Amino acid sequence: MATGHDDHHHGPAKGITRWLYTTNHKDIGSMYLWFSFAMFLLGGTFALVIRAELFQPGLQFVDPNFFNQMTTMHGLVMVFGAVMPAFVGLANWMIPLMIGAPDMALPRMNNWSFWILPFAFALLASTLFMEAGAPNFGWTFYAPLSTTYAPSTVTFFIFAIHIMGASSIMGAINIIATIQNLRAPGMTYMKMPLFVWTWLITAYLLIAVMPVLAGVVTMMLFDIHFGTSFFNAAGGGDPVLFQHVFWFFGHPEVYIMILPAFGVISEIVPTFSRKKLFGYDSMVYATSSIAFLSFIVWAHHMFTTGMPLAGELFFMYATMLIAVPTGVKVFNWVTTMFKGSITFETPMLFAIAFVVLFTCGGFTGLMLSIAPADFQYHDTYFVVAHFHYVLVPGAVFSIMAAVYYWLPKWTGNMYDENLGRLHFWLSFIGINILFFPQHFLGLAGMPRRIPDYALQFADFNMISSIGAFIFGFSQLLFLFIVIKTVKGGKKATAEVWEGSHGLEWTVPSPAPYHTFSTPPVVK
Amino acid sequence: MLPTIKKTVNKLWSRAALAVLATMLPVLGLAAGMNMPEGVTEISRATHQLHMTIVWICVAIGVVVYGVLIFSLIKYRKSKGAVPATFHHSTKAEIIWTAIPFLILIGMAIPATKVLTQVYDASESELDILITGYQWRWQYRYLTEEGEEVAFFSNLSTPDEQIYNQVEKGENYLLEVDEPLVIPTNTKVRFLLTSADVIHSWWIPEFALKKDAIPGFINESWVKVEQPGVYRGQCTELCGQLHGFMPVVVNAVEPAEFEAWFAEKQAAAAAIAEMANQDWTLEQLVAEGQTVYTTFCVACHQANGQGLPPAFPALTGSPITTGPIEEHINIVLNGRPGTAMAAYGGLLNPVQLAAVITFERNALGNSVGDMVTPVEILQIQQAAE
Repeated sequence: MATGHDDHHHGPAKGITRWLYTTNHKDIGSMYLWFSFAMFLLGGTFALVIRAELFQPGLQFVDPNFFNQMTTMHGLVMVFGAVMPAFVGLANWMIPLMIGAPDMALPRMNNWSFWILPFAFALLASTLFMEAGAPNFGWTFYAPLSTTYAPSTVTFFIFAIHIMGASSIMGAINIIATIQNLRAPGMTYMKMPLFVWTWLITAYLLIAVMPVLAGVVTMMLFDIHFGTSFFNAAGGGDPVLFQHVFWFFGHPEVYIMILPAFGVISEIVPTFSRKKLFGYDSMVYATSSIAFLSFIVWAHHMFTTGMPLAGELFFMYATMLIAVPTGVKVFNWVTTMFKGSITFETPMLFAIAFVVLFTCGGFTGLMLSIAPADFQYHDTYFVVAHFHYVLVPGAVFSIMAAVYYWLPKWTGNMYDENLGRLHFWLSFIGINILFFPQHFLGLAGMPRRIPDYALQFADFNMISSIGAFIFGFSQLLFLFIVIKTVKGGKKATAEVWEGSHGLEWTVPSPAPYHTFSTPPVVK
Repeated sequence: MLPTIKKTVNKLWSRAALAVLATMLPVLGLAAGMNMPEGVTEISRATHQLHMTIVWICVAIGVVVYGVLIFSLIKYRKSKGAVPATFHHSTKAEIIWTAIPFLILIGMAIPATKVLTQVYDASESELDILITGYQWRWQYRYLTEEGEEVAFFSNLSTPDEQIYNQVEKGENYLLEVDEPLVIPTNTKVRFLLTSADVIHSWWIPEFALKKDAIPGFINESWVKVEQPGVYRGQCTELCGQLHGFMPVVVNAVEPAEFEAWFAEKQAAAAAIAEMANQDWTLEQLVAEGQTVYTTFCVACHQANGQGLPPAFPALTGSPITTGPIEEHINIVLNGRPGTAMAAYGGLLNPVQLAAVITFERNALGNSVGDMVTPVEILQIQQAAE
């Protein structure tokens, strides 16, 4: 076997086994990204069913039970299938390249954490074709609606969540192991790119709370099948306990979806402002503060459950505090652009839109923290507008920005700038038509998760639905642009962008299958 | 090439500025009347005040932050020859923009705490009402010490023809009920909220009152309505299939009018107790049972009795509705634990129970021919106690 020695330098294997057996962080990153995009389209389709039904008052297309299945599946697929795996995909691709590592620290586990995901979602989506129908109790699956009163398919949902959780925990362990052990010589913690920093903190959040989610669905499983009464009041259980456990997972979870976005924006804004990120240290401290606060604010989702006054006050004050470090981040981004030399390539457009619209979501978040006012906002479209503002023009825009930003590095080709800008403007306009009117629907009294509504809500719902279809179909353009770039285009240089900074821009474009086999030295 | 890019960028600019401005205008929606109502209680006005204060604080911060952002995007463009500065750090700036928001938050927290403390003070109420959420209706029970107990269900009264777009929708589409909750004005009314099945949430925007109704818990809240009127809201916690179809309607009337209404309700309750002792024929019970079935059973078992298997079994030809009547009575009175079938023994009066059971055995395609009288139901219930 004279050729055996060359095995370390070969490229990818051929055919399907390349993807099945791969331990290469770039391959796995790509699979995560494609998978999350497929889930984005699936979850988006569910959303369009919802918006089609809500286009006019009255029941037109679906029955109320199927409508509930759509809201539930939309939330689950978008949170666990689209946003989280997309960020893990970006982490896989970029963290080794950014810290000068040859690969992720635990490559085989990396393969496994990806490959169990399609099975989890197949399990979840298969319930749509079952007689009892898909889960219909909302993505927050409050007991006892999700236990005693759930369709029998809830068991599939529980096991799907378990698999997703296992995938996330393994992914998080891998990211922590990689960042803490495989940094290039000279790259101290306070020299790490912010995307790496935010992901390190996110990974710790994941390890802290995914087991809590696994715990709560296991308690449900026992209530449903093994006669326990954790959440069943008739058996001495406590339905509110469910909410405490769920939101102890759920609140850090929302930061899991936004902290890596902060990292992406903190990479892109300096590049296209041709100026160093303002306040690097304070960005790290702000991210850490947000992560810490995320553990002590969970019950702000439960202001109407009848907590004692002292509890309400504690969670109100703690929640208000989040505005401080979040504000610091926004001020830093704006100050980075101040006195820069700005250009408006597609990643920058998405990043600017992120800063503007995420801040809108931050404002409504601040409003929601005021407990007495929250009594009016809670479970209305105001909340729907709030969390979609932080998740769509927040997390999702940052993912799109990241894809445009690093696509030339991944493929070696430049994307079509005109099409990219068109995609941005369609998305930007669509998203605001879609979600801005929902603030007013909520304030005027429209509850969330209803398939039909009173007549005073008709106009704004129609506007919102039009925006949904504009935004939804614009994403096919995104798919087209990405495929077009993968297939060819203007060749990208190693630096790609004039203002680029960081180790990932020191390797050629496309990045070779193996990079940094010899670690670079960071001064 | 370069001038075209320049032109595109310029065009993008004006568009961006416009779009940002558009999203910055909460005024737009407010002008359309789509805002939180001021409402008709001291609490609701205080809540509205908090809401508007925080809105304007956000707008003010937005003007500053977006102002600097837009200024930078216009002034410091590379196409305008901007040369990047090299500063990247200022402890002074970081301290300032940590401290100022913190002070603003303290300024917000003080009034919010005041209002919240007031909301939580349900003491010294003049009238207590127990509100129980059911899939998918509200039950109101007046907790009075004297006279006959007054309790009733409040069901959506919008006809299916409107929901399914066969006829024109009425003014209060989906926000109307067969029997609203009636409360006196200028009286401190305390609500105790619970649920018989899943979690519901009782909300009237005009009262700024939203509280969850949770099985196994009794939550409390209160209201003192200043103006007579009909106030409408909805269930706001996802509670299953018909979550969107369980409105909350409150009719606030002058105290004198309330007293008269309440006396009438007590008399009606006494009359129902009397009715249970009447002689009933099978035909009378079936006729009465049709109404009960339509109100309480159709959501699951459907108008034709076919149900929605497997969750909601058919009643037509079922072994329960065509088998021994004792088992049929047992299930209707005590429910089926672990399923959506509730125990109706405590929800319906003996006349309604006897009627609906007799109806199910002699309609919906069944014709067993037997019946149960209200008196028999009463005897079974007393024996169980």
